[in-house]
Amino acid sequence: MTRQHSIPQTAPGGDERLRTRSLPARLFLRPEIGALAAAIVLFLVFASVSPVFTTGDAQATILYGASTVGIMAVGVSLLMIGGEVDLSAGVAVISSALTAALIAYWFGSNIWVGVGLALVFSLAMGFINGWLLTKTRLSSFIVTLATFFMLAGLNLGLTRALTGGVATPSVQDAAGFELGRAIFASDIPVFGLSIKITVFYWIGLVLTATWILRRTRVGNWIFASGGGAEAARAVGVPVVKTKIGLYMGVGFCAWILAMHLLFAFKTVQSGEGIGNEFLYIIAAVVGGCLMTGGYGSAIGAAIGALIYGMALKGVVYAEWSPDWLKFFLGAMLLGATVFNIYVQRRAARGSGK
Amino acid sequence: MAPRSWTKLALSAAVGGGLMLGLAACGGPAGVGAGNTAQPAESAPLKIAMITHSGAGDTFWDIVRKGAEAAAAKDNAELLYSADPDGGRQAQLVDQAVDQKVDGIIVTLAKPEALSASVQAAVAAGIPVVSINSGEDVWEDMGVLAHFGQNETIAGEAAGTRLNELGAKKAVCVVHEQGNVGHEARCAGMASAFTGSTEQLYVNGVDMPNVASTITSKLQTSPDIDYVVTLGAPFALAAADSIADAGSGAHLATFDLSADAVSALSDDRISFIVDQQPYLQGYSALDNLWLYNTNGNVLGGGKTVLTGPQIITKDNAESVARYAANGTR
Repeated sequence: MTRQHSIPQTAPGGDERLRTRSLPARLFLRPEIGALAAAIVLFLVFASVSPVFTTGDAQATILYGASTVGIMAVGVSLLMIGGEVDLSAGVAVISSALTAALIAYWFGSNIWVGVGLALVFSLAMGFINGWLLTKTRLSSFIVTLATFFMLAGLNLGLTRALTGGVATPSVQDAAGFELGRAIFASDIPVFGLSIKITVFYWIGLVLTATWILRRTRVGNWIFASGGGAEAARAVGVPVVKTKIGLYMGVGFCAWILAMHLLFAFKTVQSGEGIGNEFLYIIAAVVGGCLMTGGYGSAIGAAIGALIYGMALKGVVYAEWSPDWLKFFLGAMLLGATVFNIYVQRRAARGSGK
Repeated sequence: MAPRSWTKLALSAAVGGGLMLGLAACGGPAGVGAGNTAQPAESAPLKIAMITHSGAGDTFWDIVRKGAEAAAAKDNAELLYSADPDGGRQAQLVDQAVDQKVDGIIVTLAKPEALSASVQAAVAAGIPVVSINSGEDVWEDMGVLAHFGQNETIAGEAAGTRLNELGAKKAVCVVHEQGNVGHEARCAGMASAFTGSTEQLYVNGVDMPNVASTITSKLQTSPDIDYVVTLGAPFALAAADSIADAGSGAHLATFDLSADAVSALSDDRISFIVDQQPYLQGYSALDNLWLYNTNGNVLGGGKTVLTGPQIITKDNAESVARYAANGTR
């Protein structure tokens, strides 16, 4: 041990809440800092082995891949800070897209009717998840596992009952399609690069979530609900409303991603989405959210999604054997998480805690 | 509105199917549905179990199932469809069909080691079994009567030969299910017949944005790729966007059909499609079980009955487009 515990003890009688920490210690206590360091290391590794990786086009592609995970990771990270998980988040995206496509198909209506009702559906699903959780007092693992299976079954059953097949017909010819495509699935030129619009939704959601967490009373409620629901309730935090709201937030993110899928790929396959819920949780955890709740950040989850996107695409750019793809992914995720924890522990020790 | 009338059609077909079963029990005329042979079955309806390794909501297996349903309607048979991508659980479904004393079993042998014991138990219980789609090398050893499927290596070779004719130099074979033996065989067959170079790319088939962006990143890395070959029609349509995003001049080909993929042939977004005719696999297998139960016949005479590969290009797309739109091609 060469590290010195150099920060002086607070003066006797001083309030430890008012104590100022050194700048590096404050920086390193941020939940996302370890993930950021891991992302930089990962970037440097791929930049050194692949000439294509650092090009603008490649970065635009990586950002797109990361954004589709990152959009959902925003809602899921807030939910995890609030102390819950959502295993139905992966299929809920497909359910929302199916709702829009099937309504447009069945009623032969303007696609925007479907888009609007899909938003209602997604928010309602979030409400039901949160309401069931607080009413039954079961763990979120059980409740959302149940809704996961129910949604997966509904996706298949309703799609077949209404269309006679397992994929929706193309919505390309529906009225209002072009506008939807422009809003949810267009490319935005930035400095000569074409960036998918999902990247901007992602950034917007991360900024909004960060503002909620750090600058509003609701943010305090979220941390308090996740840190200790009973204690929070005792001091007047509306835990039930907070948790229902967090699930509806996940629903909102699911709707945005669902509309991107609908307008980018035109048909929705009812069997998709299963397993993606883990990607969202992984992004949040790599970014510093604790599985036990009460700690984490939306920016961290965004960096987690970026790490996933870089690892997935980096293996392709580096032209490593695809047989090892999943191994590389797992190793990188493990490495990033362990590194994250290591940096945080070191910073916590260094601050004299 | 056209979509509504399709639904009505489907509903009335379902109701009609139910009525037909009822009529058959009363000894009235049966088999007047979609049948194209004039010979309705006179005996009690056969109960046939069909057990595939399909994942939930897979468009390909939906077509196989529709083929079997059409044959069942014609043959006055009751089709019990079930599926599980897990080999062990698929074997349990076979065991359950034996418990139900069905008159025949249609099974896919994608995971032969997991299934052989259950299939042999079914054969030992006196239930005729036919296999479809995968398992060409193993079906005879299990006592299976007949096999209907495409030889994936031959299909891959057909794709490779077609690429040669088109003057391709470098192709990428996009595998959407890592570890699927049939997928590997297609890519390997293609690589062996193709005189240019072949690379493989693995993508996660349940996550379309990542399928698209991974293909884009591959094309950005290797700008000399001039053909992208996907192993399923939905992935071809995603790949078309990827090619545009990457600013690549690559052409596109795919295995397996869909209505959208056929229409992409006509506007040159896809060069050719290798079709294994999944409808035929479901239809022939069920029909064979009916023939075996009523007349002792076995199709193929002990050899695999190949259902593909049929190469579909812009020139012959019109002949299948109508059926693809119905979801039967």
